[in-house]
Amino acid sequence: MSQTNNSVNRRTFLKSSALAGGGLLLSFTFLSAFKKGELPTDLEAEDQWYEITGYIKITPDNKIKILNPNPEFGQNVMTSLPMIVAEELEVDWDKIVVEMGPHDNVKLGPQFTGGSNSIRMYWKPLREAGAAARQMLLLAAAQTWNLPADELTAKAGMIYHEKSGKSGTYGEFASKAATIPIPKGMKLKDVKNLKLVRNSKKNVEGQKIVSGQPLFGIDFKQEGMLIAMIEHPPAFGMKLKSFDATEVLKMPGIKDVFRQTLYADGMEQGGFDTRSFNELLVIVGKTTWEVMNARKKLKANWEPAGETKDIINGRGGKKEVIVPGKLETTSEQRKLMQEYANRPAQQLRKDGDPETAFKNAAQIIERTYNAPFLAHNCMEPMNFFAHVEADKALLVGPLQAPAWTEPLLSKVLGLPADKIEIQMTRMGGGFGRRAYGHYLAEAALISKKVNAPVKLIYTREDDMTYGIYRPMYTATYRAALDANKNLIGFHVKGGGIPEHAIHANRFPAGAIDNYLAEGWEIPSNITIGAFRAPRSNFNAAAEQSFLDEVAEAMGKDPIDFRLELLKRAKENPVGKNKEYDADRYAGVLNLVKEKSGWNMEENKKYSRGVAAYFCHNSYAAHVIDFINKDGKPTVEQVFSAIDCGIVVNPDASTNMVQGAVVDGIGNALYGSLTHKEGAAEQNNFHRYKMIRMNETPKKIEVHFVQNDIDPTGLGEPPFPPVFGAVANALYRATGKRYYDQPYGPQLNSAKRAF
Amino acid sequence: MISLTINNKSYNLDVDPATPLLWVLRDHLDLVGTKYGCGMAQCGACTVHLNGEAVRSCVTRVSQAAGKKVVTIEGLSETNEHPVQKAWLELDVAQCGYCQTGQIMSAAALLRKNSNPTDKEIDAAMAGNICRCGTYLRIREAIHMAAEMGKG
Repeated sequence: MSQTNNSVNRRTFLKSSALAGGGLLLSFTFLSAFKKGELPTDLEAEDQWYEITGYIKITPDNKIKILNPNPEFGQNVMTSLPMIVAEELEVDWDKIVVEMGPHDNVKLGPQFTGGSNSIRMYWKPLREAGAAARQMLLLAAAQTWNLPADELTAKAGMIYHEKSGKSGTYGEFASKAATIPIPKGMKLKDVKNLKLVRNSKKNVEGQKIVSGQPLFGIDFKQEGMLIAMIEHPPAFGMKLKSFDATEVLKMPGIKDVFRQTLYADGMEQGGFDTRSFNELLVIVGKTTWEVMNARKKLKANWEPAGETKDIINGRGGKKEVIVPGKLETTSEQRKLMQEYANRPAQQLRKDGDPETAFKNAAQIIERTYNAPFLAHNCMEPMNFFAHVEADKALLVGPLQAPAWTEPLLSKVLGLPADKIEIQMTRMGGGFGRRAYGHYLAEAALISKKVNAPVKLIYTREDDMTYGIYRPMYTATYRAALDANKNLIGFHVKGGGIPEHAIHANRFPAGAIDNYLAEGWEIPSNITIGAFRAPRSNFNAAAEQSFLDEVAEAMGKDPIDFRLELLKRAKENPVGKNKEYDADRYAGVLNLVKEKSGWNMEENKKYSRGVAAYFCHNSYAAHVIDFINKDGKPTVEQVFSAIDCGIVVNPDASTNMVQGAVVDGIGNALYGSLTHKEGAAEQNNFHRYKMIRMNETPKKIEVHFVQNDIDPTGLGEPPFPPVFGAVANALYRATGKRYYDQPYGPQLNSAKRAF
Repeated sequence: MISLTINNKSYNLDVDPATPLLWVLRDHLDLVGTKYGCGMAQCGACTVHLNGEAVRSCVTRVSQAAGKKVVTIEGLSETNEHPVQKAWLELDVAQCGYCQTGQIMSAAALLRKNSNPTDKEIDAAMAGNICRCGTYLRIREAIHMAAEMGKG
């Protein structure tokens, strides 16, 4: 490997980009971050690889490798990010080798998977990297042939001089190109001329996936590796008091059972260092089954943890957080939420005079929506390999944000960041869960303690009951209508455990004269984390259901009603800080209206629900059609319209939208994690219902708005509005409105309302 | 000692007979294509073939596999050219890919019994396999495609 990631650069980069504090980095410049290496060749490998920009390596015999910078969790960046490089580099896609890059933020940028950031964050830097490398190869050829560079052209991994008929492969010029300074200000292709991007390319790891190759963190092995598991407390708010491992230690294969403190008292945590339990009871043995089996004999005593204190230095700056000690129960949490909902809350946005509008209203519609905690339930449970030695540490496994976890590892291990190597494997799902690196710290400390390479594995039960859930939410929406059924006031007051979901500056803010948004929060010891479109995934359920009901009260078609509001937001916006673009928002509604045949007679047989939402700079709208099957409302088909700007890899993007629709239907109907005395009541899939194939729609038609806008997010945006569309379709199927997630258990009978 | 035949290869293993086949495959034989998802036959990620039947290896004791023919994803075809694998690639089914080996093994077992399944039959046969990414639509389509390939 080329060792150019010197620690000074790496730390400087992390500091300057505010990544260490957990802040989201939305843009970076590849040229400013990357300094050309002093050792351009990859000396370890069989082939002589010349590095031409951090993302591209070429051998003299013209093997071309593109490094994927970002962790892959199913969003297909392993294919789509290298496609962006290849486009400008001018190479034959079928001859490219793609490899997961090392963790190196200097060469490879932020390397963060989450926030629907991968493509939009890397779009420009990767095009620049490809274009710069192409230019370096052209300059190298010009020097070699002693010809002016502007007479040379690059195509499919070859360089041509038309006048003389000379030609050569990129490989022939790779060694020279690697010594040329990286050119700045490269002109990028006009997006109208893209040849590779915007054309579907198959998953570069498809073969490996269908043949069961060891791709995932849980598949990783090293000589002498031990298996570790952690026995967590049975409930949030509990901690380890004492344990007796006598019987466990007699079991075959068991090496050690011990107590391990995770974070030292008062340790400053980054925003993504969330952990549910700090005192770990660890069991280490030779094989997974031996540890799993022996664990059953463990005798542990737990005690209430009481109130605890954390020092968090996250996005909102450094603060002390008091974690309450109470053992929480879902029914009591809901009562408490009702109490809080009636108290004054923090004002998040106010336009006009909402109080007067509501006072003068001829009709007020008020509805309250509730949603439970959700578990991510990644199919590959949390796990990580760690080998910590006296002066260095190697960690291998599935994670979304190595740059956020490295400082944590540095703290808990007392090793400088440049002595810690994190290798990123393919992830068996992420959905936000793997942005929280506590399990790397756990694996590392266990390896250090037992002085051996260790793979920490969470069982499904450990994974589901650990926390880092989608928060528990509620929101009360109010609409004021005048005597002519005009919408004159809008009020949303949202709350949550432990955070509310309100995005105050999103639709319908900007479209209504008198508008008020408020929020409140209840602290909890149940930990939460980002879950596919955090906050949005609740808002789009509540707000989009509410708008459907308001449209009905106003006697308007639900799509036309939204379009009217958007017209107002565009032509005469109310207030400042409107986050969304009214045209793009209307665009997806119009597209889904057209593609679904919204008003067509032949579609009246369906119970149809529509919803739209804006998040991660993209726009999504769905029409979901239910039919009654065996007396039960059943999803038949879905039409989706998405505006995420330029679509890099259309078929894979379609797949992701279809997946988001299925995920949304599943979570809307079934997703729920409840607690009794602090203990999760669902610990495996027999109690936590997941959507399965027999509940999947027959068809999910995905339509992308065609435009030349630089790519915006895609992994998350299609997910939130599914909830609203399901609720609205169910209303038409059953004549009942749905205010509480999950909706599934309330579907006793299907009575067609329309 | 337990004698096993896995992917047409014989093994003699000194393991606790109560060990689930899943962990013997993954930890002792380095056949990690078979995945752990739930440990209680709820998700299907660990599906293998036992004498041609799809079984959940996480709840199948290794002793139950003794003397029987075990096929895992690594042994489904010599060159990854089983119609199901080909159809999966053709339709680019996978997102994260973690559950797909189990899905493929369930699909292959279905097609062996029923060479031309209907949507309903596919749904019934595949209901034991969870895909958290929601690729079910493509899985269904790929099974139809594999059935077509099988006819040719």
